[in-house]
Amino acid sequence: MQQPLGEQIRVRMDQDGPAFADRRGFRDAWRQIKRDRFLYALAALPLLYFVIFRYLPMVGLIIAFQNYDPFLGIGAMFGGDNWVGFKHFQNFFDSIFFWNVVRNTVVISFYKLLFGFPLPIVLALLINEVRITVFQRTVQTISYLPHFFSMVVAAGIVRAMLTPQGGLLNQAIVAFDGEAKAFLTDPALFRSILVTMDVWQQAGWNSIIFLAAMATINPEMYEAAAMDGANRFQRMWYVTLPSISFAIVIILIFRIGGMLDAGFEQILLLYSPSVYSVSDIIDTYVYRAGLIGRQYSFGAAVGLFKSVLALILMYMANKVAHYLGQEGLW
Amino acid sequence: MKLSRGEKLFDWINIFVLVILTLFFLIPFLSVVSTSLVSGREYALRGLFILYPHQPVLNSYEMLLGQGSIVVNAYFVTSARVIVGTAFGLIFTFPLAYVLSKRRLYGRVPITMFIFFTMLFSGGLIPNFVLVEKLGLLDSFWSMIFPVLINPWWLLIMRNFMLAIPEELEEAAIMDGASPLIVLVRVYLPLSMPVIATIGLWYAVMHWNQWFDAAIYINDPRKLPLQLILRGILEYGTGQYSDYSGLAEMTELTDPPPAESLKAAMIVITTLPILMIYPFIQRYFVRGIMLGSIKG
Repeated sequence: MQQPLGEQIRVRMDQDGPAFADRRGFRDAWRQIKRDRFLYALAALPLLYFVIFRYLPMVGLIIAFQNYDPFLGIGAMFGGDNWVGFKHFQNFFDSIFFWNVVRNTVVISFYKLLFGFPLPIVLALLINEVRITVFQRTVQTISYLPHFFSMVVAAGIVRAMLTPQGGLLNQAIVAFDGEAKAFLTDPALFRSILVTMDVWQQAGWNSIIFLAAMATINPEMYEAAAMDGANRFQRMWYVTLPSISFAIVIILIFRIGGMLDAGFEQILLLYSPSVYSVSDIIDTYVYRAGLIGRQYSFGAAVGLFKSVLALILMYMANKVAHYLGQEGLW
Repeated sequence: MKLSRGEKLFDWINIFVLVILTLFFLIPFLSVVSTSLVSGREYALRGLFILYPHQPVLNSYEMLLGQGSIVVNAYFVTSARVIVGTAFGLIFTFPLAYVLSKRRLYGRVPITMFIFFTMLFSGGLIPNFVLVEKLGLLDSFWSMIFPVLINPWWLLIMRNFMLAIPEELEEAAIMDGASPLIVLVRVYLPLSMPVIATIGLWYAVMHWNQWFDAAIYINDPRKLPLQLILRGILEYGTGQYSDYSGLAEMTELTDPPPAESLKAAMIVITTLPILMIYPFIQRYFVRGIMLGSIKG
């Protein structure tokens, strides 16, 4: 399941004791390792997974600096004569695609943030004000539902809504004397579709964290506000909202940190050549040019460019979180 | 307490807005369900999008789920993927989470960092593909299992849960003569069941919904999971699978369903199991978000 970075958990590294249990030299360390040999044995196989399937691909990124030939063996990857330095990066920066994919990535992310970020907060505020528990539960359950659809199903539902062959929206337009539109191939509408779908699929789910924060607010605060004559809206505005501001800020920061992930699967399932100009993002470009076009080295270079930028962004987001006195991701 | 007029108005407006929003979340899916029940005849008469079919028919479902159908085959592939993926996921995640929850462990923090780093940086699409290719896993069932064997987020959530289990329990068990393995199986495993159940569900839903890995690693239609068959039918119609399935029997039906109904039925078929267990599993997911984020 897709999990936007930063909204999930923070990892505590040093909450309990120093890095190494004791620093009394090798002999001591060895004694401890021997004592816990069972634990190391348990960890070995799962750690091997990380080595092979998470770190080997990082080593594999060296093909970004080579002319990698899929038909040569692994030896050729480390052999001497096919290094090309930063050629693939240079080609990418010089290509006509560069600005298009970078712009689309940032713009689509930005729109998703602009609409997809405030809406869950509003939704949480509204749900929080409901006094009828059954109604509250029902609304919540239904609002999470689209989050559990796979991206293929979600995109399929969007296609079904928008198809000119009798989709819901076009039927409605026709019923009001309009003309049926091919929404998904219209560059003027495509980004709006992406953003709307994102809101539809994630707003309910993203509201959970704000509802959780609201649940921790001391009821006495509301009573005091009511005593002072604050009406429901004022209590929402002056008590609830400030009380969850820390959650709002931290989630906003990490959403910005994850900005380079503009929704690869979603776009891949919905776009077509007629809307490449507004929807081709870095990830889809890597997929098309690198994987489908079999330019492995070039694709790896573009991917590396993105990964490094994303790492820097996330690092900065974490710094900002610390600066604001919040716990960061690490 | 008597509510003032303003309070009542506030409540009504609030409920009204929430009903609108709920419809926004719900209607797209409902309309797909009703589209899937439209017959060819009704389509000819009334056009496709119909919120209440006058004569709902299951033609589309019969066609897709006919004997020897590629869809039925894909159901088995996806089920196998969910069962194997979840089992392997837990078998690999639990021991590592247990080890990392031992505060006394020499090198615990570096090992945790080693895992945490993979959440921030990855080789990306191309190197992953090259790796799977070099390992000879292309077109293999295992290409959908091994690359996503352990989810580092969930591993650390499980570890956080186990950090809260008091160390005295282990000491007491060892005093009683238990071996490390017994401690793990008899003490920690039972105490960790809530988090194991939760994360097992996450793995299961993840494997049910995952599709992109199969899209790039698997070619043989017989090995494709449900999501990919759905994608194929959505983008190119059912024709492409006619060699593999009872889909060709379409012509034998007196009232073949419209193409859009077939697509809608396929969407429903793909998501039905999720939908059926959704009311029961929902709280596990919500709890997980709490576990990981806001402390307390």
